[in-house]
Amino acid sequence: MKITLTVNDAAYPLDVEPRRVLADALRDDCGLTGTHLGCEQGVCGACTVLVDGEAVRSCLMLAVQCDGVPIRTVEGLAGPGGEPHPLQRAFSAERGLQCGFCTPGFLMLAAGALDHDPRLGDEEVADLVRSNLCRCTGYEPIRRAITRAARDHQNGQEGRHRSV
Amino acid sequence: MKPSAFDYVAPRTVADAVDALAAGAQVLAGGQSLLLDMHLQRAHPALVADINHVPGLDELTASDGTLTVGALVRHQTFESPGAVPGPLGDLFARAVVTIAHPPIRARGTMAGSLAWAHPASEWCALAVALDAVVELRSTRGTREIPAGEYFLGPFQTAREPDELLTAVRYPLLAPDTGVAFTEHRRTGFSFAQVAVGAALTVRDGVITEARIGLANCADRPLRAHAAERTLIGAEPSSPAFTMAGEAASTEDAAPVPEPYADVDYRRHVIAVLVARTLREAAPV
Repeated sequence: MKITLTVNDAAYPLDVEPRRVLADALRDDCGLTGTHLGCEQGVCGACTVLVDGEAVRSCLMLAVQCDGVPIRTVEGLAGPGGEPHPLQRAFSAERGLQCGFCTPGFLMLAAGALDHDPRLGDEEVADLVRSNLCRCTGYEPIRRAITRAARDHQNGQEGRHRSV
Repeated sequence: MKPSAFDYVAPRTVADAVDALAAGAQVLAGGQSLLLDMHLQRAHPALVADINHVPGLDELTASDGTLTVGALVRHQTFESPGAVPGPLGDLFARAVVTIAHPPIRARGTMAGSLAWAHPASEWCALAVALDAVVELRSTRGTREIPAGEYFLGPFQTAREPDELLTAVRYPLLAPDTGVAFTEHRRTGFSFAQVAVGAALTVRDGVITEARIGLANCADRPLRAHAAERTLIGAEPSSPAFTMAGEAASTEDAAPVPEPYADVDYRRHVIAVLVARTLREAAPV
């Protein structure tokens, strides 16, 4: 089937079989290998991306379901000059990654949650990190990183308001 | 593994969708169970009908004391207690956070859970406890089945393969109903070993109505009728709730052994969890 995936604001016209899952289309057809595939059964969350603003498992969606729908992957987090996203800075500062396999999934999970609610509380973040698996650092540094990014975001907002 | 090859259609009307089902299609709504089963090669449909583009199926309406949940209403909709009026919304909000994780809840649907009929499904247990009605449509017409007669076993329902589950209807709960939902599982990632939902009405100091739903306490979702009978006319008290828990565990439940949870263990958990859920549901 002929579809167009819109990933990080770039259009990727593709010809895919209906059975192609979104994760494979992103990695193999679009060449966006930042999205990782772990379990391929919706458990590990390494393949989490934003589809129409919602964090979803890209192994549990078909590429043909995403024709014309805005998709955001970990490659779309950095700013136009390549500067890291506040979440990426926070993961580095809190040592929220070790081998890095689960990191793109956690980043997109957190990016989706922060887009919906920039004031994410500690309890919500603790609940959120249960969505994905990490086998290196454990969840505590990841939880701290997401909390730090949420706090930095709020401080940044308030800073800007003050300067106006 | 990858899904095996299939043809894909995206009907734009319910009529087109049921035509596809008549041609042997499997329904793709949230896809969080179907695609999983296709990855694991437990399902290999020749045709998949993606109903996400059918207008109207995403509607959630409450009128004349009835809540109607369309086939495309996602789990996450119920995370806001205000999405559904009254204690029913409170009960759904307490239950939904025990279902999988936020990214799964963003896609998966309540109706899809009822179509899949996993014995550990929280929604299925609530459907039987709350006297929900399942609406099924096919090229032969529309029929409605009470949830109590709909579940036949693990992943088995009264739905014919060519029938589309278009909506689930629930009677709204009276404003003075107390509700609670509790779940026991091995880890945060596990399916429920036991889950219990309860709705209690207390008038003039005695329990006048009790609804208890049990998930993963048998090969299908159960309503704990024996436990409920012990409660009617009783004062809401810890001994009464303990007795109801015992009745649910010994008379209602028919637990099957699972790794890490043999039958004796599960009966114990059921008794404890039912009593705990009732204590929490009891209006103060």
